[in-house]
Amino acid sequence: MMTRCTRGAAVLAGASLLALCATAASAASVKPAVVYDIGGKFDKSFNEGVFHGAEKFKSDTGIDFRDFEVTNDAQREQALRKFARDGFNPIVAVGFGQAQPLEKVAAEFPNTHFTIIDSVVDKPNVQSITFREEQGSFLVGLLASKASKDGKVGFVGGMDIPLIRKFGCGYVQGAKYANPKADVYQNMTGTTGAAWRDPVKGGELARSQIDRGAEVIYAAAGATGLGVLRAAADGGKLGIGVDSNQDGLFPGKILTSMLKHVDVATYKTFMDAKDGTWKPGSQVLGLKEDGVGYSYDDYNKALITPEMKAAADAAAKDIIDGKIQVHDYMSDSKCPE
Amino acid sequence: MSAPITLPRWADLVLVPVLSVLTAFVVGGLVVAAIGVSPWDATRTLITGSLGSGEALGFTLYYTTDFIFTGLAVALAFQAGLFNIGGEGQATLGGLGAALVCLHGGFLPGWLLIPLGIVAAAVFGGIWGLVPGYLQAKRGSHIVITTIMFNWLASTLMGYLLVNGMRAPQSMEPETVPFPPQAAIPTVHGILEALGIPSATTPLNLSFLLALACAFAMWLFIWRTRTGYEIRTTGANPTAAVYGGIAPAWIIMLTMGLSGALASGVAVNEIMGVQNRLLLEFTAGYGFVGIAVALMGRAHPVGIVFASLLFGILYQGGAELAFDQPKISRDMIVAIQGFVVLFAGALDGLYRPHLARIFTALPRTRSGPI
Repeated sequence: MMTRCTRGAAVLAGASLLALCATAASAASVKPAVVYDIGGKFDKSFNEGVFHGAEKFKSDTGIDFRDFEVTNDAQREQALRKFARDGFNPIVAVGFGQAQPLEKVAAEFPNTHFTIIDSVVDKPNVQSITFREEQGSFLVGLLASKASKDGKVGFVGGMDIPLIRKFGCGYVQGAKYANPKADVYQNMTGTTGAAWRDPVKGGELARSQIDRGAEVIYAAAGATGLGVLRAAADGGKLGIGVDSNQDGLFPGKILTSMLKHVDVATYKTFMDAKDGTWKPGSQVLGLKEDGVGYSYDDYNKALITPEMKAAADAAAKDIIDGKIQVHDYMSDSKCPE
Repeated sequence: MSAPITLPRWADLVLVPVLSVLTAFVVGGLVVAAIGVSPWDATRTLITGSLGSGEALGFTLYYTTDFIFTGLAVALAFQAGLFNIGGEGQATLGGLGAALVCLHGGFLPGWLLIPLGIVAAAVFGGIWGLVPGYLQAKRGSHIVITTIMFNWLASTLMGYLLVNGMRAPQSMEPETVPFPPQAAIPTVHGILEALGIPSATTPLNLSFLLALACAFAMWLFIWRTRTGYEIRTTGANPTAAVYGGIAPAWIIMLTMGLSGALASGVAVNEIMGVQNRLLLEFTAGYGFVGIAVALMGRAHPVGIVFASLLFGILYQGGAELAFDQPKISRDMIVAIQGFVVLFAGALDGLYRPHLARIFTALPRTRSGPI
């Protein structure tokens, strides 16, 4: 029991360690379920992070979970309703696309607990988890700028939507914070969902940025990002991963990864439900809450000098303290130049 | 050379498709068994999950609606010898037309706004079909290539508009604000509730009736009008058509325009019937499924309605199967649907010669002249 608590707590933000162990003994019966978005369970990025969080919960507690991958818009509502009707609780809805269907279904099943990731649904039985991606992107932008000789860095987004512009905007701010003369080349892969799974085009965009002088390229593009990272590695440049820690994909060729801890959020949701401490309401997970960050491990130790790390950590502290305000693109659909 | 295959009409229209679908199910069942799920259970889930309850049937008919529209669109073009694979793009543009009317016509009453929205969808989708038609007729650009290209143009245009202009403020999703409530096509659920009959919430709406009406209208048009005859003649032999005084260029453009208008029925069902807002990729590949539906339905409206129902069953039953059987992923469902397309569409001739031999061997007393 003790080891389980410690292991579980290690991935949490740390704060609720005591509460967790105290209540674990009186575990309520939970039937967790996940509804993934169209990207699918194994997208190597966002949805897969949720899957890993759920798998971890399963291996830690022995409680199985059910999941479903939607293939069209109508199925989101259908799947949420079916899970709720079959008595699943809590139900995690992955992705902002599920906000509208969840709004309907949550009203129909007031006793079921829902958690939505990446969007906000204001209902008494819904927990909304969003992330401050601009803060994490700011830090990797700063590192990218420092790692380059003359501040020429690149950004390859997936689908051209506000959320991805938010990543890019934070990245630009970080790069310019470190070097006001920094030049950021930005490309989006496309305007449809196919842009999340087009590594060939991602690679081409990365190569064209390298031709223009980019030395570090940040990929916020789901599976497309794998092509970006490969092109950067093949071109003798550095890539930056996203969502999960992708440093190990091309060791020594990936500067860092912008981490978005959806796995931790999922795990915590299931754990809280099991312990009876699940709460509705909105949570915004930024640097302060350890919801986002950058990776630093054996793979990229050699790439990030102590000076760079110190600068990034100082900036992180300043962001947490409010001394640096990272502008959120989504707040006004603008990015300061 | 073997003699031409002749089968009694009922065998041609019923027996052959049924045998093909059964074969697809048997092969699909083998695959299902190979991953450790009982094919019997899987089939039962598929059938009860798509037809077994009001909710299941509602979803099945909702998918059927989309497939009828795209199937008719492809079939109409077939009749003129054209291969329209631009249903996706035409439906996308149809959605734009419907959305523009619904978003800006909030002051109109529903009985006026809904028909206007449908007309706008048809006009926008029709124009998106007409342009490749024009390029084919006047410039000789192959319709297959241009319609595919127009799918990409449509999706790029839609992405641009939704991201940069039409997106609802503060919304993460590239989608418009909801349409005014009177723009929503009444749902079957809503109508039944209003009549005091309890029913499950499903996306099925009155677009289904519109789809059936379109199927009937297409039959009338193709087989009972002069223009329909001209379309069929152009499809059968363009040279003979010219000799007969028909202008193929005009027929090609007309057919493609109407085909695009039919495809945009998907927008009516999805945008005005279910989502009540414009969003990206609401077409979800229905335009491509329409090709399989038209093949299986032999480009005839009656065949298309039944083929659409079959695909509706596969879509809804398949989702149910993926839901109930954790071992069966959504990709497995696509594979099973692929078998149906393979056997019922592409390998349509598989049983025909054998059946013909059996029927010729039978005593001819009852079958009579064909």
